Amino acid sequence: MPISVKMPALSPTMEEGSLTKWLVKEGDNVVAGDIIAEVETDKATMEVEAVEDGVFSKIIVPEGTNSVPVNKVIALMLEEGEDKSSLDNLETIDDSSQEDTAIDKAVIENKKEIISEEKTEIPIESSLVTDNVINIENDLKRVIASPLAKRMALQANLDISKVSGTGPRGRVIKNDILSFLGNPKVSEKNLNEEFLSKNSSENFVKIPNSNMRKIIAERLSQSKQEIPHFYLTVDCEIDELLSLRKDLNSRSKDGRFKLSINDFVISAVAQALSKVPETNSSWSKESIIQYKNIDISIAVALDEGLITPVIRDANQKGLAEISNEMKDLVDKANNNKLMPEDYKGGTFSISNLGMYGIKEFAAVINPPQGAILAVGKGEERAIVKDGALSIANIMTCTLSCDHRVVDGAVGSKFLTQFKEFIEDPVSMML
Amino acid sequence: MVKKNLYDLLVLGGGPAGYVAAIKASQLGLKTACIEKENVGGICLNWGCIPTKALLKSAEVFELIKNVDKYGISIENPKFNLEKIVNRSREVSKKLTNGVNYLLKKNKVDLIKGYGKIAGKNTLVVEQGNNTIELKAKNIILATGARSRNLKNIKSDSVNIWNYKDAMLPKSLPSSILIIGSGAIGIEFASFYNALNVDVTVVEIQNRILPVEDEDVSEFAKNIFKKSGINIICETSVESLKINKSNISATMITKNNSSIKEFDKVILAVGIQGNIENIGIDKFEKIKVNNGHIIVDEFYRTGEDNIYAIGDLVGGPWLAHKAMHEAIICVEKIVNKKGIKPLNLSNIPGCTYSIPQVASIGMTEAQAKNKGYSIKVGKFPFKANGKAIALSEEEGFVKTIFEASTGELLGAHMIGVDVTELIQGYSIAKNIEATEEDIMNTVFPHPTLSEMMHESVLEAFNKAIHV
Repeated sequence: MPISVKMPALSPTMEEGSLTKWLVKEGDNVVAGDIIAEVETDKATMEVEAVEDGVFSKIIVPEGTNSVPVNKVIALMLEEGEDKSSLDNLETIDDSSQEDTAIDKAVIENKKEIISEEKTEIPIESSLVTDNVINIENDLKRVIASPLAKRMALQANLDISKVSGTGPRGRVIKNDILSFLGNPKVSEKNLNEEFLSKNSSENFVKIPNSNMRKIIAERLSQSKQEIPHFYLTVDCEIDELLSLRKDLNSRSKDGRFKLSINDFVISAVAQALSKVPETNSSWSKESIIQYKNIDISIAVALDEGLITPVIRDANQKGLAEISNEMKDLVDKANNNKLMPEDYKGGTFSISNLGMYGIKEFAAVINPPQGAILAVGKGEERAIVKDGALSIANIMTCTLSCDHRVVDGAVGSKFLTQFKEFIEDPVSMML
Repeated sequence: MVKKNLYDLLVLGGGPAGYVAAIKASQLGLKTACIEKENVGGICLNWGCIPTKALLKSAEVFELIKNVDKYGISIENPKFNLEKIVNRSREVSKKLTNGVNYLLKKNKVDLIKGYGKIAGKNTLVVEQGNNTIELKAKNIILATGARSRNLKNIKSDSVNIWNYKDAMLPKSLPSSILIIGSGAIGIEFASFYNALNVDVTVVEIQNRILPVEDEDVSEFAKNIFKKSGINIICETSVESLKINKSNISATMITKNNSSIKEFDKVILAVGIQGNIENIGIDKFEKIKVNNGHIIVDEFYRTGEDNIYAIGDLVGGPWLAHKAMHEAIICVEKIVNKKGIKPLNLSNIPGCTYSIPQVASIGMTEAQAKNKGYSIKVGKFPFKANGKAIALSEEEGFVKTIFEASTGELLGAHMIGVDVTELIQGYSIAKNIEATEEDIMNTVFPHPTLSEMMHESVLEAFNKAIHV
C-alpha cells in the first residue's frame, strides 16, 4: 500500500498552504525526517519532513500550487520493495473524508455495543434525539451561500454570516461577496483596464501577490477602515541612552551582546506598558481585553513585505536577552524560517524606521492590538533648554492609538512614561 | 380606424420573445394582446431552430445509414427523398406553432393578426388587409426579431443566392453550394447539404470557422468537417457573385490573391440584423438605435416611458433561449416584481447542430486569458469515454476552464455527438456557482457521455482517472 504524503498542518490555525517547492524528485529514496518540500503559509515558509521511509514515487500536487488544503494528499511514496504498479490503482482519498468515515464507523460500532450489552433500544433512541437537536441547532446557524461564494469568503478570511445574500431565497452569491469586499475585483479590474488601455505592455510588469502581500493588504486595509486611529508625538532626548549603550556594549566580553537603540526602545515600551497597562489592550464588542503578558511585536522589513516577530514577556527580560532574541528572530525572518509561534499573538507593536533616516512617521495599528509606536531616527538637533539654545540627540516617537481602547489621556500617560524611561534608561533597569 | 381597445400590455411580435412575454404577462394578471403578422413562434419555430433540427435529423439518419456497416448492419443503396425531408420539417414547424397558438389561448392572450406599428406612447396601429385598427395599452413591448443580413455587394435573391429560409426549402438538390459565413447557421447548412452528398464549400472571412467558439473547438471542427468532405476556406471574402446561365461565379479574395470558382447555389449566412424598420420607432427621439438594434437598459427599457424591447431586436446572442429569459425579466419589471436580476449574458449556452455538434457556455480560453484570469484548463477526449466508444462516436472532446484560485467555472466547450444535450449540466453548475469541487463530487452515471464532463473537470486539476 503506497504511503500518502499529506499537506501538514504547520500551525493550529492553518487551513491551507501553498506548495512552493519540491526538494525531492520522483524516484528518490527518502528516510523519515528528510526535508521533502517547502510550504508557504500566510506568513512563513516552512519545511515539510518525510514521516516514513520509502521511495518518493509520485507528485500529486505540483510545486507552485496555491491554497492546498491541510490533509490533502500531495504526493505518494512506495514502501521498500513495493511495486510501482500499485500506484496506478490507488485512489487518493483526502484524509478529511477518511476521518469522517472513521468517526461514522465508530459511532455505529458504539451503537451496536449498546444494543448488545443492554439489549434495549431506549439508549439508541435517546442518542438519536440528541443528534436531532444538534442538527436543528446547526441548521439554524446555517448560512445559505453558493459554493463559489463560500470559497471566496474563505479565501478573503470573511465571516460569510455577515454578508447579506441577494440570490434565490437570500442565498449569498459571488456578487454579494464582491460587493461586501468593496467590489475590489470589479473596481480594480476597471481601473486596471483603464490603465492598461493607456499603457503599452512594455511600460509595466505584473508582480503576482504573495500570500504575505495579500495578508498585509487585507489586515492593514481592515485596520485603517475599522479602527479609529489618533496619533500622539513626543521628542525624546537620547544622549543618556547613547552613552549608556556605549558603556554597556564595551562591557560585552567576546561579543556576548551588542545593544542597539531599538533594544532600549523595546525595553522602555515594555516597562511603560507595565506601568500603563491600559495601552496593552485590545478592543472587542463586549469588553476591552487588557493583557497581563507584555508581548512586543517588532516590524521587520523583508524583501517581499514585512513581518512582526514577537519578544514575549519583554518586561521581564534584560536588555542583552532582548537584544539577542531580536537578532535571532530577524535572522529567522530573513530566511523565511519563522514559526507561527514566533510572530503570532503580540500585544503591542513597534515600528522603527530610524535606520532609514526617517525623522518621524505614524504607523498603522496591527489588529487586534490597541496601539503601535513609530520610532524615528535619533539625530542631533538644536533644542531650547532652560532658555538657552543647545544641541541634543533627539528621537521622535509617534504613538498610534485605537480610540476605542486608548483615550488621549491614557496614550499621553504611556508616552510620558516611555519618554522618562528612554531619556533615563538606568531608571528602567531598576 | 375601426375600434379602440385598452390593454395593460401590447406585445409586438409573436416569436420566442413576444409569445413568452405575452403568456407571462397574462399569468401575472395583465390584460395582454400579442400582434403577429405571420405565424406565431417567430423565426425559431417557423424558419430557424426547429425546422432546421428536423432537416438535420434526416441528414444525420442518412449519414448513419451510409456508415451503418460498422454496427454490423448492411443496407444496400440507401436513398432519401428530398421532398419528404422538407415536408417533414414543415410538419414539425406546424405542430409547434399550433402548440403556441394553444398556449396563448389557454393563457387568455388576445392574438391579433396583422402588421403592427407604434403610433404613440400608448398606441399601436395594426394593418389587417385593408383595415387598420388602433390599440391602446399602458405598456408596449417591441419583439419584432431579426433577419439575416445581406452583404453590401451580395444580396439574396431566393433563386440563386439563398438566405436561411430559402435554404430550408430546396425543391431539388444543387450539385454544389457556396456557403458564405461559418457561424452556427452556415455550419448547420454545410452539415445538412454535405450529408445529402452536395459538394459544399464554406468561406469565412476570419481566420477560423465557428469564430465565437473556443479556438480548440474551431480547429477540431475544421478537421472533422474537412474529413467529411466539406471544403473550408478561411481568411477569405467573397468579393462578388456573377450569375451565369448554368452556375454562379464567385470571386474570392484571400490575402490579396483573387480567384474565381463556380457553384450551383450560394447560401448567405453572414449574420443577423434587427427588424427596426417600419415599426414606428422613428417618431420617438428617445428610442435609440445602434448597429441595427434598439438600445435598451438591463431591464429592456427603451428611452421612452412604458416602451420596452426584447429578443433579437435588442442584440445578440441571437438565441431563442436568451429571448425567452429577457421576456420574463421584462414583464416582471413591468409589474414591478421585487428583486429582479438582470440576465447574466456569460451564463447563456450556445449550441450548433452540425455533424458532430458543438456546444459551449461562458468564456473561451483566449477570452479568459485576455481578461487577466489565472486559469486551469481541462480537456477530455471522446476517445477515452466508454459510451462514446460503444457508440462508435469517438471524435470530440469536452474542455473546461476554471479560475485557478476560486475554482469558478469560467467556460465549457464541447464538440462531439449529442453534446448539445450535455451542456446544460455546466449551465446549472455556472448558475448555482458551483466550484470544481462540487462538480468533482457529483456522481455522473456510467456509462454515459456525461462522464466526460466530470473527467474534464478532474483533468483541469490534474486529477483525471481515465486519461
